[in-house]
Amino acid sequence: MPRKLSFTLQFSFTILVALFLILPAIMSMLAGITTNYARGVSSGLTASWIIEVWNLYADTIVRSLVLAFTTLVCTLLVGVPAAYALHTIGGRIARLIEEVITLPLAIPGLAIALALIITYGGSGSFRQSSAFILVGHVVFTMPFMVRSVMAVLGSIDVSTLEEGAASLGASRWQRFITVVVPNVRPGILAGSLMVVTLSLGEFNLTWMLHTPLTKTLPVGLADSYASMRLEIASAYTLVFFVMIVPLLVAMQIMGQKQSRSSKS
Amino acid sequence: MSRTSFVGLCLLPLLITVGLFFVLPVFQLLIVGANSPSGLSAYSAIVTEPRYRQSLIATLVLSVATTLVTVAVATIAGLFLQRNVFPGRAILISILTLPLAFPGVVVGFMIIILGGRQGIVGDLSRAMTGQKVIFAYSIAGLFLGYLYFSIPRVILTIMASIEKLDPQLEEAARSLGAGTWAVHRDVVLPALVPAFIASGAICFATAMGAFGTAFTLAARIDVLAMVIYTEFTLNANIAMAASLSVGLGLITWIALALARSLAGSSVAAAG
Repeated sequence: MPRKLSFTLQFSFTILVALFLILPAIMSMLAGITTNYARGVSSGLTASWIIEVWNLYADTIVRSLVLAFTTLVCTLLVGVPAAYALHTIGGRIARLIEEVITLPLAIPGLAIALALIITYGGSGSFRQSSAFILVGHVVFTMPFMVRSVMAVLGSIDVSTLEEGAASLGASRWQRFITVVVPNVRPGILAGSLMVVTLSLGEFNLTWMLHTPLTKTLPVGLADSYASMRLEIASAYTLVFFVMIVPLLVAMQIMGQKQSRSSKS
Repeated sequence: MSRTSFVGLCLLPLLITVGLFFVLPVFQLLIVGANSPSGLSAYSAIVTEPRYRQSLIATLVLSVATTLVTVAVATIAGLFLQRNVFPGRAILISILTLPLAFPGVVVGFMIIILGGRQGIVGDLSRAMTGQKVIFAYSIAGLFLGYLYFSIPRVILTIMASIEKLDPQLEEAARSLGAGTWAVHRDVVLPALVPAFIASGAICFATAMGAFGTAFTLAARIDVLAMVIYTEFTLNANIAMAASLSVGLGLITWIALALARSLAGSSVAAAG
């Protein structure tokens, strides 16, 4: 095949795939600010759908932000020390523990949610609260934080750094806070971005764990897709995109930086 | 404080969290699935009861088809993007990987925007042929939805391993007289097999467990996740929902474990 034709064919194919992914996203964002989507953009642009979404679903947006932040705090407090411990222990035991905490990624969220409901569904106030969803999000996002920090720990020489600090009289706790944590910052940052992004968008677990009083943004989205006109569903999706796309872009930039620094 | 006790203290919160809210519940799930009024039959019903068996087969077929098509699409696009430098390449890569964290429900809505009653394809087809094409709520819509959330995951892995290929091998093949097609068939594609297995397994496991997309599209095809949801909420058949969940979890876990032992890299599904 002539080189030029082959290039054109592959280029067109790739463009087609990109259009398939991006076109619906653009059209839905447009629909969220169009007066009447059926009549097209010529019917005028408006912010009234977004205001309507805020009136209808503000609580879900706030709850999702609070949940994502709380999930992040939990995974930081629990996951970062654990990553350090697993790195220090090493060997078969550490691998086994890593295996177990990574299992929630291999098992569908629906199954984990069902397991949580069967075990704790009877305890009324816990079941009714947002903490029930928080528990699911923490279990689901924890492996990302732990692995992300462990990956950085594996690439630096922690023990030498720690020995240096120890020879200067630093206690174990001081060494962890002032030597280990600052050195694994890239891993913490990458893990945090992942945790917040996943928590904001989590649906499979949350749909089973939520109650009418603890709806999150994705749960509200499913609600609006089933019962609201296209413009409101679109405006709501637009709000979600505005929250999540900056996080995704930040992750892409971090990924590029990492691959560049590993190449040099 | 001794080294061991400090390390233990660092690990303890994780063990408590995962133990209480993952390990214990999963054991409960296994037990509830086996403790149905009719004993272990809730587990055997997965294959003996036609309704569950059909759903299992449909989900398997859908997931395998999604995996094959996604890997093919991602390989063609990935090879192109990794081998050619042109203006707009970085934007194209961003677009192809951006939907990575879109939840299943949003993916379902994207398919409605594309092929629903007010969809882009419907408008285009009416303008061109007078016929309004609506596919969002059919098997085609569900399949496209699965492709939508699979392509970004797979393309990243495949592009990363294309980047790691040794260009000297291809040059050697070419200097020995192999054409473009022969180089791809005999050198490039075999070298990418580990990436195919790893990303294919993630793709398969994610598709098997996907719930949000089918939920939004309310498709007439009952994927396993929808059956579990229906059994639990509408029929209150908790034992059956539990045993189906265990079966589903086992399939995805085995797929990922197999892929890891074959491909030798760490593999995990997300979302």
